[in-house]
Amino acid sequence: MNRFALPLGLFALLAVVLAIGIKHSPDKGTIASPLIGKAAPEFSLPSLTDASRIVKSSDLRGRWYVFNVWGTWCGGCRLEHNVLLQMRHADVVPIIGLDWRDNDAEALSLLSQLGNPYELIAVDHDGREAIDWGVYGAPETFLVNDQGVVVYKYIGPLTQEAWEREFLPRLPAKQAEKS
Amino acid sequence: MLPELGHFALILALLLAALQAFFGIAGPMLGRDRWIAAVTPAVAGQFVMIGTSVACLITSFVGNDFSVAYIAENSNSALPLFYRVSAMWGAHEGSLLLWIFILSCWTVAVTIGSSRLPPRFAARVLGVLGVVSFGFLLFTLATSNPFNRLDPAAPDGRDLNPVLQDPALAIHPPILYTGYVGFAVAFAFACAAMLEGRLDQNWARWTRPWTTAAWAFLSCGIALGSWWAYYELGWGGYWFWDPVENASFMPWLVGTALIHSLAVTDKRGLFKSWTLLLAILAFSLSLLGTFLVRSGVLVSVHSFAADPTRGIFILVFLIVMIGGALTLYAWRAPLLKSQAGFELGARESFLLFNNILLVIAAATVFAGTMAPLISDSLGLGTLSVGAPYFNPTFMLSMLPLMALLSVGIHTSWKRGRLGDKKRMLLTTLVVAAVLACGLAFGIYSKGRVLTPVGAAVGIWIILTSLVDPIDRLRRKLSLPRAVVGMTIAHIGIGIFVLALTTVESFTVEHDVSLAKGGMTTVGAYEFRFVGVKAIEGPNYDGVGGTVVVTRHGAPLTVLYPQKRQYWVQHSVTTEAAIEMHYGSNVLVALGEDLGAGKWSVRIQVRPLVNLVWLAAFIMAVGGGIAASDRRYRLARTAEAPVMSGAAGEGAG
Repeated sequence: MNRFALPLGLFALLAVVLAIGIKHSPDKGTIASPLIGKAAPEFSLPSLTDASRIVKSSDLRGRWYVFNVWGTWCGGCRLEHNVLLQMRHADVVPIIGLDWRDNDAEALSLLSQLGNPYELIAVDHDGREAIDWGVYGAPETFLVNDQGVVVYKYIGPLTQEAWEREFLPRLPAKQAEKS
Repeated sequence: MLPELGHFALILALLLAALQAFFGIAGPMLGRDRWIAAVTPAVAGQFVMIGTSVACLITSFVGNDFSVAYIAENSNSALPLFYRVSAMWGAHEGSLLLWIFILSCWTVAVTIGSSRLPPRFAARVLGVLGVVSFGFLLFTLATSNPFNRLDPAAPDGRDLNPVLQDPALAIHPPILYTGYVGFAVAFAFACAAMLEGRLDQNWARWTRPWTTAAWAFLSCGIALGSWWAYYELGWGGYWFWDPVENASFMPWLVGTALIHSLAVTDKRGLFKSWTLLLAILAFSLSLLGTFLVRSGVLVSVHSFAADPTRGIFILVFLIVMIGGALTLYAWRAPLLKSQAGFELGARESFLLFNNILLVIAAATVFAGTMAPLISDSLGLGTLSVGAPYFNPTFMLSMLPLMALLSVGIHTSWKRGRLGDKKRMLLTTLVVAAVLACGLAFGIYSKGRVLTPVGAAVGIWIILTSLVDPIDRLRRKLSLPRAVVGMTIAHIGIGIFVLALTTVESFTVEHDVSLAKGGMTTVGAYEFRFVGVKAIEGPNYDGVGGTVVVTRHGAPLTVLYPQKRQYWVQHSVTTEAAIEMHYGSNVLVALGEDLGAGKWSVRIQVRPLVNLVWLAAFIMAVGGGIAASDRRYRLARTAEAPVMSGAAGEGAG
């Protein structure tokens, strides 16, 4: 064999390793949240839909819920809106919204146009609550269990497939059966 | 409108790149002079189109057009204008466009600079560059279009990554890329020579100034990145053996080997096949660097873009480019025969050692960078390789290289006798050893075993580098730029070794918890923590600490380290405060708020660390001067190189 072909052979080997490396590289969305397995942040925030009400984390204790961070300014949130509405329709688990760094009037008008998938919406004008949740950017969706512990975090616009693959299997069996 | 115009210009550029590649390679092959004549207009047109595209993107950034997804993700209306411009290359899509733009600039420079080359050869060079450009344009348009619109438009952007909001990092990518991409020119010359099958030393001479210039830019770019990491990341280190740093360092090492090997091929007609291989290797490592950083196969602190589909595209591109070049090499290199021989002690053998050691160094860095990936992809578990591996293995090849350098520059081509240089070499060695011991034991009075060795090697390189130019001046001989540049670059290496030895031996570092009014002593300096107060900038707020520094009780300075919280991305950056004193950098960085007015504070005294970066800039300046030597420009006028002995001495 010609010794000048040796570099080519070595490169072919490297290409195979790189190809395997790409296949194994993690998906984009799996930036694990340090919150998973820990108690969800305590909060007590004004409600978007009812000015006289306060949305408190302690009131949610004892139920599983989905915590969805959104805003009218966020294009990705618009994409997942229909998925959220379907989830609401299926009525498997309540969706709590966090309206992040948003204008109340715009948020209300958007919900009246497109429909409101949320059971409760907490308002986070200055973004401090989102910091506690470790939010990188909207939309982000958390699943919190009846003990108030964060079970799962999804980054980016929610899809029907992600809902079925990631959220439903994590819910307690009798709740998930309803869907 | 502007983003669409930019997008359209990029598509036209892709078509022109295809023409440039086709006419440039097929024209000479089929002997069609009209096709060859079409290459230059294609280069010019492509440059105009890519320039238009870059201008459109920058204008959209400046005008805060958040309907463009890339701008919405990487800019913000509160971002200062300077960073709105540099945000263009703040993430994947834009930095690819920058890569392409710089390649286009190099291609235009080569077109202008090669007007005196044989037209067929020049067309082949431009054709190969066209293939590279085509691949990157296709990649950008297919997977990473920076002009994609966002519907509905975002009211404001997500802001530029706060760690990138820094002057050094704003100019780091263009300079680094200029170096990276510059190796494409050497690659194109090598491929053109192989395609033509005319593998005399002409191509090596024509390539030399381009390679040296690219190397100089790369040196600057790496130094800027390291400097940035030092003061911005807040850890006070200057080199982390991070995959992204390694990705730029490997082409540098191989590029250094290439510069020296090209010199041998140019002067003596030796190492021909080896030089070809190095030219391919240097550019392959540049491409691989792009691949490692951009595909997400290696996760690192710098990787802002990670996407497997892009990875597959880059891999296919790598296989076409590198695999193609290596196939060409396997086919053509056996035709090469070196006629000339050389003696063991001749300059050729020292440069051979130089090449071997540099390639070994690059291979150790490569192994350390790839090992985690290989172990992971073969399912052997996650492995992390860091400084404990890199530092000793790297030293193992670099120390002998440094020692050989001093002897090697005084040897002559072909003959292995040092003659009267021997006495002078010994004298400089003794002077260097005495000075080094004096420094190590006299001034610092402590240190490690390697401290005097490193210092002696550094001083020796500086001294011996100066011998030849001084000798030439004394004998009233001409001092060509190539020699001046080489001398400056070698002095830079000496300063680098000296600085690195000092930094590694005498750095003092303490992480302490300080309450308001608390004091601590590090080295010869005392630090009093006055406290913290709130600060606010254009797009961030945070806390600023005040630390009063004294030396043996005498007031020195007041340092104001900051911790910034950027509003949009909610990320925190550490801005260390640095004061230079007696050549030492005194660094104070704020750590965590420990509550009750207490803060953890990192204090570090690093002697001569600024010289590490300065040395890299000195090397780059040397490279720049050597690349501008008139000899390279004159050499092009003659089709066949003049093999006179007059040019025999000099740049190595």
